[in-house]
Amino acid sequence: MKNFVAFLVRLITGAQGHWFDCQPRAGQRVYIANHSSHLDFLVLWAVLPNTVREATRPVAAKDYWEGNALRRWLASKVFRAVLVDRNPGTMVGADTVLRPLADALRQGSSLILFPEGTRGTGTEVAAFKSGLYYLCRMTPGVEVVPTYLANLNRILPKGEFVMVPLLSRVSFGPPLRLEDGERKPLFLERARKAVRSLEDAR
Amino acid sequence: MNSPLLRLLAIIFGLLALFTIIGFILRLTVKGEGGRIVVANMNARIAAWWIMAGIMSGALLGGFAVTIVLFAIISLLALREFITLTPTHRGDHRALFWIFFVVTPIQYLLIWRDWYGMFAILIPVYAFLFLPLRIAAAGDTTRFLERTAKIQWGLMVCVYCVSYAPALLILHIRGYNGREPALLLFLLVVAQLSDVFQYVWGKVLGKHKVAPHVSPNKTVEGLVGGGLTAAAMGTSLYWATPFSPWQAALLSLLIVLMGFAGGLVMSAIKRDRGVKDYGSVIIGHGGVMDRIDSLCFAAPIFFHTVRWFWAQ
Repeated sequence: MKNFVAFLVRLITGAQGHWFDCQPRAGQRVYIANHSSHLDFLVLWAVLPNTVREATRPVAAKDYWEGNALRRWLASKVFRAVLVDRNPGTMVGADTVLRPLADALRQGSSLILFPEGTRGTGTEVAAFKSGLYYLCRMTPGVEVVPTYLANLNRILPKGEFVMVPLLSRVSFGPPLRLEDGERKPLFLERARKAVRSLEDAR
Repeated sequence: MNSPLLRLLAIIFGLLALFTIIGFILRLTVKGEGGRIVVANMNARIAAWWIMAGIMSGALLGGFAVTIVLFAIISLLALREFITLTPTHRGDHRALFWIFFVVTPIQYLLIWRDWYGMFAILIPVYAFLFLPLRIAAAGDTTRFLERTAKIQWGLMVCVYCVSYAPALLILHIRGYNGREPALLLFLLVVAQLSDVFQYVWGKVLGKHKVAPHVSPNKTVEGLVGGGLTAAAMGTSLYWATPFSPWQAALLSLLIVLMGFAGGLVMSAIKRDRGVKDYGSVIIGHGGVMDRIDSLCFAAPIFFHTVRWFWAQ
């Protein structure tokens, strides 16, 4: 079922995964990618090799994916999404919000995360939110795989509901890690640049 | 084996078998790093040819409707590659939706309905006027004319021009009723043989480049040798067509020359966009557009020549 969904997604979006100095493997990993379309997580998930995809869980917004029965079923059964609360209230710390993510990593899963936090127009990669930094601090040594999703903003842009079947492309770059004592803004910017630099990778 | 279509198909698969055997022998005998790579690439191309020939013959044997559906799919795949290479804006989204999901299906539906009058003008008249209107309505005027022109060009070349190939099936030629699929196959075979033999002659004898800046692999030797080989083979297939041998020779030459022109123009677009191939779906060949670039130019001219001189 999952492999079939992934096949359909690859057929419709023409997506192919390209790995640059990075090997596909299952295990503790966070794929971080630019975000411009509702299709983003689907396409990244679909181009992973079957065994890797099996162990990879997208991080998604709880309010949206618990919105109705179909979404709930897709999120829990098909994609096994890790749901996060986008509006936890002021009294809740990052550790609490990110705990389900850290737990999933500790159980050996990989995560798909969009550190921009929201969809952009696809022309630029926006500044990353702090969550990625805190998550790396909670799970020391975790590999962060920069990923660039090309053309999805043209296939299904933000605010559109009809698709145009162009060819998309997914580029995975060399993994990076949070260094000892590396400061938050420096790490977030380094990760953002790693994603951005894959735009022209061939 | 009385039908010209079946005889043509038998010849095609016979040739493919012959090429496959030659490729196998070359793999065993050619030494050296460079030679091995050329032979491996050639064998990958031959393997892909089996698949392409299999799909095309399946469609032609499947009948009128299946053939039209196959060409509609080819158009959509080519258009997808073309538009992906074209830097369209957010404001073009709905216009693109129209050309993929409305204009292209209607164009092929018109062939199926045998409505030549509308088939010939749907894209050059109606879509031509509708597209800029739809893009203007979206409100983004940056590079308006450039964006509109590129999308219209993609629609013309990938859909309008390609659709002329299956449109051969609705030509009414005196004394040739029911054998039109053989005419379509004649066009495809000559255009593709021309590509193949230009490549082979170019690899073996090629020295003088025709257009070094546009397509470095095209040589005078390849063009002349490959073109004449393909034209000779086309002439020898006259029995499958409504033409006499010398008519078949002239029309084969026409297909060869238009095919060369198509290859050159589509290469110029690739160079401009800084890519080597339009895609990578056909192993060894690149994208769909890379395989049908010659057909885009040959099909409409071949169609209108045959229609002018032979059709009722």
